[in-house]
Parts: sequence; structure tokens; C-alpha cells
Amino acid sequence: MLYTIIKENTYQDSIVLMLLSQKLSAMDGVDKASVMMGTPANKDIFKGAGLGTPELETASANDIVIVVDTEDESKVDEVNEAVDTELAGGGGSDDSAKSSEAHNWKRALELANNPNLAMISIPGTYAAMEAENAIRNGLHVFMFSDNVPKEDEVRLKELAHEKGLLVMGPDCGTGIIHSVPLAFTNTVAQGDIGVVGASGTGIQEVTTIVDRLGKGVTNAIGTGGRDLSTEVGAITMLDSIKALNQDPKVKVITVISKPPAKEVQEKVENLLRSIDKPVVALFLGAKPEYQEEAIYHAYTLEEAAVASVQLSNGEEVNFTPSSIEGIKADFDENQKGIKAYYSGGTLASEAAMMIKHSLGEEEIKDEGFTYKSASHEVIDLGDDMYTQGKPHPMIDPEKRIEKLETSADSEDTAVIMLDNVIGYGSHADMASELAPTIKRITDKAASEERSLAVLATVVGTDKDAQGYDKQRQILEGSGAVICDTNDQMVRTAIELIGGKVAQPETAMKSFDKGTEDLSVDEKMMSLISNNPSVINIGLKSFTEAVENSGAEVVQFNWRPVAGGDEKLMKVLQFLNNYEGENV
Amino acid sequence: MAYQTIDEANKAVVQKMIGSAPFLTDVVPAHTVIPELTEHVLLHAGPPIKYENMTDPMQGSCVGAILFEGWAEDEQGARELLENGKITFIPCHHVNAVGPMGGITSMNMPLVVVVNKEHGNEAYCTLNEGIGAVLRFGSYSDQVLTRLHWMKDVLGPVLSKALKTMDEGLNVNVLVAKAIAMGDEFHQRNIAASLAFLKEVAPAITSLEDVSLKDRQEVMQFLADTDQFFLNVAMATAKAMTDAARTIEHGTIVTAMCRNGENFGIRIAGMGDEWFTAPVNTPQGLYFTGYSAEDANTDIGDSAITETIGVGGMAMIAAPAVTRFVGSGGFNDALETSNNMAEITEQENPNFIIPTWDFKGAPTGIDARKVVESGILPVINTGIAHKVAGFGQIGAGTVNPPIECFEKAISAYAAKLGFEA
Repeated sequence: MLYTIIKENTYQDSIVLMLLSQKLSAMDGVDKASVMMGTPANKDIFKGAGLGTPELETASANDIVIVVDTEDESKVDEVNEAVDTELAGGGGSDDSAKSSEAHNWKRALELANNPNLAMISIPGTYAAMEAENAIRNGLHVFMFSDNVPKEDEVRLKELAHEKGLLVMGPDCGTGIIHSVPLAFTNTVAQGDIGVVGASGTGIQEVTTIVDRLGKGVTNAIGTGGRDLSTEVGAITMLDSIKALNQDPKVKVITVISKPPAKEVQEKVENLLRSIDKPVVALFLGAKPEYQEEAIYHAYTLEEAAVASVQLSNGEEVNFTPSSIEGIKADFDENQKGIKAYYSGGTLASEAAMMIKHSLGEEEIKDEGFTYKSASHEVIDLGDDMYTQGKPHPMIDPEKRIEKLETSADSEDTAVIMLDNVIGYGSHADMASELAPTIKRITDKAASEERSLAVLATVVGTDKDAQGYDKQRQILEGSGAVICDTNDQMVRTAIELIGGKVAQPETAMKSFDKGTEDLSVDEKMMSLISNNPSVINIGLKSFTEAVENSGAEVVQFNWRPVAGGDEKLMKVLQFLNNYEGENV
Repeated sequence: MAYQTIDEANKAVVQKMIGSAPFLTDVVPAHTVIPELTEHVLLHAGPPIKYENMTDPMQGSCVGAILFEGWAEDEQGARELLENGKITFIPCHHVNAVGPMGGITSMNMPLVVVVNKEHGNEAYCTLNEGIGAVLRFGSYSDQVLTRLHWMKDVLGPVLSKALKTMDEGLNVNVLVAKAIAMGDEFHQRNIAASLAFLKEVAPAITSLEDVSLKDRQEVMQFLADTDQFFLNVAMATAKAMTDAARTIEHGTIVTAMCRNGENFGIRIAGMGDEWFTAPVNTPQGLYFTGYSAEDANTDIGDSAITETIGVGGMAMIAAPAVTRFVGSGGFNDALETSNNMAEITEQENPNFIIPTWDFKGAPTGIDARKVVESGILPVINTGIAHKVAGFGQIGAGTVNPPIECFEKAISAYAAKLGFEA
């Protein structure tokens, strides 16, 4: 049954009426409905849709005509009301202005307020190209992306250095720039210790220990793991040290790296010997052989942190390592092994080093192990080998749970070690994910009247969202022994199976003061002494940490050029760079 | 003229578009300005197409045009001519013309003449027939044919006389500038421009002493009733601008976009007359009650020439009243659309300033490189035809060109410049 409503001398734009027609046609009990101005052409459309009525013919071009097809006459009033409501206004779309996001450089640079830092977390194949774009646009670069060829790293760092810019990374997981946490980073108190590190979790361990000891780190600059290679030549580390040296707020400079190539280590140490501020250097993996006036050489991450704090307090460095005593363990003759399952690569390296140096078993080289010997194993579950197509173990507990279970059942296992790295980027509550498994394996061992020590350490501060104390308590409640630092955990484990970590014996050695040029570009000083203004290219989750700390960030939703089509990318590159008279 | 880089060539091409001085000077029978239009020749919209591949509305338009010209007695006779290859087809674009929807144009139809006084070239387009049952959507009823004859015998000559009372004709840039500030984007919405046009010609029409009062009244009534009258003027204007620009045969600026219901075709400056085609999409939009996307014809018509010069969907933000056609709808979506369009175009046209866009100019000169690079496709505002001839328009909405057109164009141009894959 067709019903006609005519609203005389009422005008609405045809689009408003078409939208309204859709709404009315969707009403329950309405077969179809159409609302249009009563023009001759529209009358034809009504008729074409099977909605022609005698009343329709009486409508003028200045009337709104509604024709409703329904079996339920009461619907006509409902339709009429709906039309009145809509025509009364307020029918506008409720989308508010969208937050500012860009999907190309031009827009990102327009939206950003004097940007000076690009965070790049796009696939490695494209990361170098975008890092170059960032540098050419005058931005420092924090490159989270990995799988960037080394020759690209050299090229980018040389280009950046020429322009007075810093490239942190590639494969840089952690950084703090003027107290703004970048990528996988803890919230650390501000302070006068400046950190430069070639390793992500190394920076996290040192800065969180510093924080828990009551001091702070305003800048922790990540260089990427290959910065101290012969080819790259520590370009980023050298520039970072100079910048921290020029910053009057920095009292102590702490440098963390794996042992680099000899000539690169010399280059870095020459620079460190040229500056007047106290310096702590940790080349993790090597035993320091000497101490010197200008540089305190540390053996472990905790030692580096403690030494930095003591120097910042104006004290002599005096590091006394600690271990946890009084753990009840009565291992049988088969139980000799320490099994460590880390999410933090540098923490795994530290454990491997200490076990190797103190237990003296012959190392068995094996892919996928940071360290392996007849009795012991240290695995970095964040290694590429374990993360193919899977989330990082700081986010996903699955692989660790599996390792905990299999190693607990292995009869040679005496001690299991694990880390829980909290902060930005990590799981919201990893302790609760791991606790049930820890409880199950410790309960099972107890029921079998077998000793099993599970040691855990939490890397974080009380300012991290996950809650440092809460994470400790959850793990402790599951039956794990909680250690304050990785150093303490590894020493405790070694002591539990009857070993002892000896601190390296060092004698004082004297060096001439270095004569390196200490000048540094103004742009680098500006980077570390102000809140950065960030363009975040890639993972949107990285913007949260930056925003929370009050810095400005523009999200650049990057997509590969030409949809990633390599042939078209080459065509574009050819056209964009073409020069010639015959264009 | 030599250009060192593609950027330089592109700037020059767009400058030629923007620097155009289009004037509407006359309305004339098609054959007087397009010598190719003889008996048994029809123009059609889009890149070249065979009769058998045309969608039903375009075929219906052909029947209508044949009946209008009197080349056949009835529909059956017309179909026979068409099916037996007795009719020669030429794309409008090949003869300085453009045509809406089917774009079917025959020798005695009146065309608007837009002269680009800066460059001396001309472009042509048929007159808008209004809405409802119209030839461009494939109708060929008596009502349609009667109107076509009236347009040939009365509307065309009267407009011609009226325009000739003006020394230089009508300066179209001025009309466009006025109407864009009144909320037109010149594809979906032309009401302000149509009224501004009527305001200019009304005094001239009413004072034509050698035209009967009845004819003058009918013409005035027709113009007053036809909200989209200016669309065809805008199309001829855009064609006059882009044809001037494409005399520079360098660079990657898009100089034509058009559809024939089968394929979407684009041209870029550096590849001259060559078409780069791919199968058309079907528009997304709002439908009149009783119709849905299932009834829609595929994308059709030369009217995307308006987007080629930076108006239509490119200038979506200029027309708040039609912005709700865009996706979920609303002002912010329209803003986003135009902001996106700015990212694939060479520059703003200072002649077409958009108040609702904080007085930025229409985003002009689509760079095929930028389209491929960003994956952002031009947005075209369009009417939606019923896929069966005779039903006419069933809705309106937006449509994108297939990206393959742009990929093919830049690949061909790179090859022309010596690129080897």
C-alpha cells in the first residue's frame, strides 16, 4: 500500500533527501520509501520506482514529497516523524576532525612542528631509503628497523655526520632522548648520567639500575649493534660522546658495547681520554685488564651502573658484587646445569660471559645458543632464529613457557634463569603469563623431591606501566627467587652449583690525555637538550611513549611506494631522477 | 622547448592549463566545427570502443542519435545500421570534443564552443538536456527526440544569438571562480554556475528581437529548470584547457581522463595522443529508491575531464552540499579527499580559489607518477546510469580510475626516455 506525505514549500538538497530515503527504506515494516522534491523529473523517478500515486501529481516543485510503501499504516506516522526530525537539523555526520596523520613526507613535514627526529620502524628493505629522506630533510634518525645492509648503514651515517645529524641504529631497540622514551624503553628518572650504547637491553639494564639507585639518565643514545664495526667506525658513538660531553647537564658518560674491533676501540677510547668528564666504559664480554685515570672499565652491566652512580655522586668507584644466599637447594649428582632463557640479548650475553669465565666448561658452538656447554645453556629467545613469524619474547610468552617446561623436566637442570624486561613496547603483564608455568614446574620438582631453583630478574623502574614491584611480587609468588640485577642473578646461579664469579684483577695504567677534536654540531646539542619533535614512520604504538612524555609526534603511516611493485619502483626512480634535454 | 627534468616539464604543462583563457563564444551545429561529423558518423565518450562492446545506455544513445538525424525510420532500422557496421565511431576526444555519459554526438546536434583565447584552440560539447529521460543515459523515446529537435531548432540558435551580442563571449574563468565560491564543484553540482550563466545570458536572450516571444520564454524556462546546464560548458572548458596543455608533449601530467563503459582511458602529456586503458570500475554512491548498485552501469562519460583540470571530485571540499556523497559522508571526509588530491597534483590553480578550503586553489595537474607512487587515485564525482537504456540516471556517487592506466602510462613514458627494465 502506497502512502503519500507532502510537505508544502519545504526545500532540501537532493543529497539530504537521498540519504533520508535510504534511512526510511531501512525502517522495520517499510518496504520502500522515497523522499524527493516534487519536480516533474522527480515525479518520473517516483513512478519508475513503482511509487507513483495520485497525490504525487498534486505536489509542486517546491514541496517535499514522501511516498511510503508499507502494509502497516501506523508506519506512515513514524516515517513522517523521522522526516521531521531529520529536517529539523542535527542530521549532520558526527565525525570530528581526524587526528593529524600523514602518509607521505610532504604531509608529515607540514604537520610536524619543527621536527628534528624521525623514528623508523618499517621493513628493512625500505628503511634505508626513508632514513635517507629523513636526513635530507634535516632530521636525526632513530632506526628501529633491522635487516638494513651494512653498506647502507655506512652511507647513511656518513651522510648524517656531514650534516651534523645522528643516526641511531639500524636495529636500535632502545633510546631515551631528553627523557623521551623511544621504542622499547623504560621510564627512567632524569639525571646527570649520559649513556651511549650499542645494545638495547644493555641500555635498559644500566638505566633502570641507575634509576633504582636514585639517580637518573636524561639521554641514553642507542647506536645500533654494528656501529663499532670496522666498516662503520663508531660514527654514531663518537658523535654521541661528543654531544654528551658538551652538555653541561651531563656529569658522567657511560659507554656500553660488545668488544669492538681493536682499531675502533682505540678510536673510541682516544676520544674518551680527551674529555674531562668521568667516563665508565663497558665492553661487555671482555675482562677489563686495567683501570685508568680517565676511564673506569667495568665488567658487568650492574657494575657500569653502580660506577656511574658513584661517579655522579662524586665518590670513588667501589663496586661490590652481590649474590643471594640461603636458597635451599640440594641438587643430586646429575643436576649440574644452568639453563637461561632470555628476552634481552645483552642480558643473555652477560650471562654467557660470566658462566664462561667462571665455570670453565668447554663451549660448544651451536646456532641458536648464546652459550652452550656440556651442562649449561644460555638462549636469547629474541634472536632472529626464534622470532621468524612470531612476536618478540618480550611480548609473547609462548616460547619461554615451552623452554621452562622442557628444561624443568631435564634431569641435568639445577638452575633456571629468566628475565622480565618491562617498559614501553613490552607485554602489559609478562609476570602473570610466566607465573603459572613457574609454579607448575617448581611444584612438580617438589613433589618429586627434586631441587630446582628458578631465578628471575625484572628490568624496569617503578615508573613503568607494568609496575616494577608488582612484577617482582607476581614472580616471587610463583616460587621464583627474584634477583635485583642480571649480574646478581647469574652470580647466584653460579654459586648455587658450587662456582664463583671472580671480579677481574685490574692494575692502574696511565695514558696520555687524548687530543681529539671535541666540537659537535649545534643540531646534535639541540637534539639532546630539548624535547624532540618526532615524525614516527611505521609502528604507531611508538607514538604513545613519545606523547606521554609531552613531546610532539606526527604519525607517518608509511606504505611502500607503488604498492611495493619493484618494477614500478624502478620506473619511478628512473623518471624522478631523469635529466636530459629530451624530456 | 626543452625541459631538463620531468618536474620542469610538468610545471610547464600545468602552467599552460592554468594560464588558459576560456571563453564561451557560440553554440553551433556539430558538423560546422567538426568536419569528421558527416552522415553515419557518431562521436562517443571515452577511449575508442566497438559498438558491440558498448554498454546498453551508450547503444541506446546511438539509436536515439540515428533517429534524431533521420538515418533510419525506426529503432529496428537504427539497430541494423549499427549492427552491420554502417556507422563510423570516433571518440569525442579525437575531434576537440567531449561528451557526457554516452557522449553520443551527431552532425546536427548543437555544441557549445569554448575558445581558449590564450592559446587559440577550441573545444566543443553537446548541450545539457536536463535530467530524467535523456539521450546521454540511453533514452530514445519520442519525448527525448522532440527535445533534441527543439534544442537544435530553438535552444542552440537562441543561445548562439545571445552569446554573439557579447563582444568576446562569456569569460568562463570568471563564472567558475564565482560559482566555486557559491559551492559548486562543476561535476556533481553546477547550480550556482548555471544560475550565474543564466544571469549573464538572460538580458541578452530577452532582448533578441528576431526570436519569437514563445521561443525566448521556452529557452529561459529550460535554462531556469536545468541545474546541470553548466556542466557541459565546464567540460568543453576543461577540454580547451587540457588540449592547450598537451601541446607540450613532455612529462607525466594527465591531460585526459574518460570512460566508455568498457575501459577507462587516460593520456599523459609526454605520450601525446596515446591512450592508456584498463577496465572501468562501477561508481559507489547513493541510489534513488528502488535502485541499487546491481542496476548500475559501469563508469561512463567524458565528464572526468573536469577532474583533469582539478575540479569535480578533486575539489570535493568546494561543494559542502554534495560532500555527503563521499564514503560515509561529511565535511571532514570531503576535506580529506581534497587534501589527498593535493598530494597527487602539481599545483593549486589560483584562478579557482576554494573558500571552504581556506582559500587554497583547486588541486590541478594530476601527476601520474604521484598516483602510482602513493596509490592515491583521483576521485571522480559522477552520475550513475541504469545499465539498461532508457531508465536514465538512478543515482550519483564517486568512482576511481583503475590504477593500471597510470602504471601503463608512466612505464611507457619511461621506456620512451630510454628506461630498460
